[in-house]
Amino acid sequence: MGRTGRILRRTFLIGTAAVAGGVAFGVWAVRRDPANPLLPGLPVGAAAITPFVRIDAAGVTLIAPRAEVGQGIAHAQAMMIAEELDIGLDQVAIDPGPPAPAYWNGRVAAEGLPFAAIDDGMMARGARAAGDAVSKLLGIQITGGSTSVPDMFDRLRAAGAVARETLKAAASRETGVPVAQLGTAGGAVILPDGRALPYTALAAAAAATPPAGPVPLRPPEAWRLIGRSIPRADIARKSLGTEIYGIDLRLPGMVFATARTNPRLGGPVNGMDAAAAEAMPGVLRVVPLPGGAAVIARDTWTAFRAAGAIAFDWGAAPFPATQAGLWRTIADSFTDERRDSRLRDDGDAAAAATAAAAGAVTAEYRAPYLAHAPLEPMNATALWRDGWLDIWTGTQIPRFVQSNVERVHGIPSERVRVHQMPSGGSFGRRLEDDYVQQAVAVARAMEGTPVKLTWTREEDFAHDFPRPAAIARGRGAVADGRVTALELAIAAPSVAESQIARLGLPAAGPDIAIVAGAWDQPYAIPHYRVTGHRAPAAVPVSSWRSVGASHNGFFHESFLDELIHAAGADPLAERIRLCSHAPSRRVLEAAGAMAGWAGPRPAPGVGRGVAFTLSFGVPVAEIVEVADTPGGLRLTGVWVAAEVGRVIDPAGAEAQATGGVLWGLGHAMHAEITYEGGAAEQTNFHAFGGLRLSEVPPVQVRLLETDALRGLGEPTVPPAAAALANAIFAATGQRIREMPLVRHVRFA
Amino acid sequence: MAIVLSVNGADRAIEADAEMPLLWALRDILGLTGTKFGCGAGICGACTVHLDGRAARACQVPIGDLAGVAVTTIEGLGTAEAPHPVQRAWIEEQVAQCGYCQPGQIMAAAALLANNPAPSDDDIVAAMDGHICRCATYPRIRSAVRAAAAAMRGA
Repeated sequence: MGRTGRILRRTFLIGTAAVAGGVAFGVWAVRRDPANPLLPGLPVGAAAITPFVRIDAAGVTLIAPRAEVGQGIAHAQAMMIAEELDIGLDQVAIDPGPPAPAYWNGRVAAEGLPFAAIDDGMMARGARAAGDAVSKLLGIQITGGSTSVPDMFDRLRAAGAVARETLKAAASRETGVPVAQLGTAGGAVILPDGRALPYTALAAAAAATPPAGPVPLRPPEAWRLIGRSIPRADIARKSLGTEIYGIDLRLPGMVFATARTNPRLGGPVNGMDAAAAEAMPGVLRVVPLPGGAAVIARDTWTAFRAAGAIAFDWGAAPFPATQAGLWRTIADSFTDERRDSRLRDDGDAAAAATAAAAGAVTAEYRAPYLAHAPLEPMNATALWRDGWLDIWTGTQIPRFVQSNVERVHGIPSERVRVHQMPSGGSFGRRLEDDYVQQAVAVARAMEGTPVKLTWTREEDFAHDFPRPAAIARGRGAVADGRVTALELAIAAPSVAESQIARLGLPAAGPDIAIVAGAWDQPYAIPHYRVTGHRAPAAVPVSSWRSVGASHNGFFHESFLDELIHAAGADPLAERIRLCSHAPSRRVLEAAGAMAGWAGPRPAPGVGRGVAFTLSFGVPVAEIVEVADTPGGLRLTGVWVAAEVGRVIDPAGAEAQATGGVLWGLGHAMHAEITYEGGAAEQTNFHAFGGLRLSEVPPVQVRLLETDALRGLGEPTVPPAAAALANAIFAATGQRIREMPLVRHVRFA
Repeated sequence: MAIVLSVNGADRAIEADAEMPLLWALRDILGLTGTKFGCGAGICGACTVHLDGRAARACQVPIGDLAGVAVTTIEGLGTAEAPHPVQRAWIEEQVAQCGYCQPGQIMAAAALLANNPAPSDDDIVAAMDGHICRCATYPRIRSAVRAAAAAMRGA
């Protein structure tokens, strides 16, 4: 099949939606920039130079529209603007701004394309540009897919540069000094005599000055901020307890609510008796919701208790009720009928494995459902008053929140104001807005009164949209100490099918997430095939940090490790030999050098595993060391090398890289969501463990920098599980093909 | 009937059920939202406060049990102008990512160091292992506890 035949999944789908919606395609429409959302209602004396810089007499505000969920992207966006604006980060306020088409994500549509990240051919580039155009036309504002830095790097620097030159033009008009003789520094225009005119004093003049035309961007050697570790203002607030997350919002006259709906996801409520709840002191109202009810009370604890006192008669889930039944739907999907993609098919892997002299190596792997479980439970505050709806919440999809409100509640989206709040984690959870729509339902029942709706942790576990469970079947062959054939078939339910439908968009075509992190790996294995099979939709599933690569890194790199051991080769050396991509080879070599790699068994009872995954355009190699101790297996070292493109803030990048590895390790070791009776069995953190302090090994990270633009929130997650499983094999001879690993070994 | 709590050095009268957990009295009634709700079951540590100087899970303590007990929250530990040495270390080490668990982590560390100025790694684990950080900032948490301990000993 030719490349053209398999272009465009989400892009095509979103394009279809655009045509259906009457959006005219054309160069003119794509080139025209969306309106500046800061201009309507801007007070006299204030200036909004581009959608990203707002200045008034009181201060300079930088608009950082990608949602801050802990990844430090508010800070990074501010750095990009401030770099060209010549202002210190301690001189600005950072604000997420309103939802607006001007904040479209030009990269996220390309994320689902069937082009390997390292493919820079004409077709791949053309498809990515088409994705940007469609996203711009529709104003798709999403935070996700590790896209924020690549999407925003040029746009935000350009906004800073335009603002700077506009301020200089305004200063020139005020002072009569030619622009060419003006400089900028420290948030001020500098006159030839050294006097400084603060930007704040120029706000009114700037508002009356036409924005500067395109301004050349500074070369990297002129940067003062980008590439340096600068303290994050939000970290200070978070350490003092003064950061106001969505859950902390307080408004005058606010009341407090919680929701309780059928834990059998998508199942109906056949009846309920709320009499006891309504009789409790402090309870204001019980409001029916789809699948259950919300309780409104004068405090959250009363709402929680009252919700627990409602007797519900809940119906069955619309999918197999048991974990065994769910596994069966996935295991039964390895059929031609359910084949979703075969984007990698080099040589003849099936024949090579069958014909292998030493016999084919075969194995089956499993990865469980996983919860996002950010530590801040889902919450949203809503106020319905005078035909306007105000929503305060942490969300990665603010414009979809607006359109979903219109779809679900019939309130025109232009009457919905979304106030973005800092989030206590997300990991993909806030790409869904179910909790927001519940808050809207409650607010509509309480016109004129702000209502904060907060979930219990139990509701949060019951109503996650988990990372899908997945099964992989591997077959391969080795000869003369080398891996010669690798065939991997992966079956999983489709995240895109489940999630895009909830965004109100149509979904069809192959789902790259089923095979991401497997089909697109830069190995020159002579016979190499990766096939995706789409399991029937069951539990509603969603994007979980690193999405499909989160399980495929485990599958691909564990099975490759099996083949390498079968060949009698060194796990690191054979990967380097097979690697067909220079940056990927560099990270493998770098990780080996950092760890002082001397084979998988450096000492008795000590095992080292290596794994490599290229995801989100970032090649990452990880080496994990475990020691087999009397108390169990103990992680004793982790070495990570990644080629990450531009590093915006080294301390922030290191935090993301380390956090991603530990996220991958902790879930691989301990975590799973299983379903019985149609509901998740894990109800709180006692049954869903991530990593604890006592288990955390020393982690060394080396970030190899280039002038490419990549995101770092996700790419270090996928190799972690396999590196650990491979280390356990090296230490103990036990090959674990199922997560969580704690089902088979004990950790100390 | 009003219950009087001593919070951050001031007496506060609260009209609420004596069974209400301290967490919700702090957050919803007193507006002290620095103390976080994470699990409601004493598992995650996000709601850790000090009761007479000892770390405790505010979601597990009914306000009716707090007569004569001095409650300290993250807001009472230090301020932007005068941060507690543990808060200063947390900022200097740039520990927080999402930051939601950090008030609880900081309260646990502050209680540890108040009683043990030179904790071993095992002491740190014993005091902090019950605190969940979903972002896995644990390496910097460890560094910040050590840095705070050193700073407090030197002060």
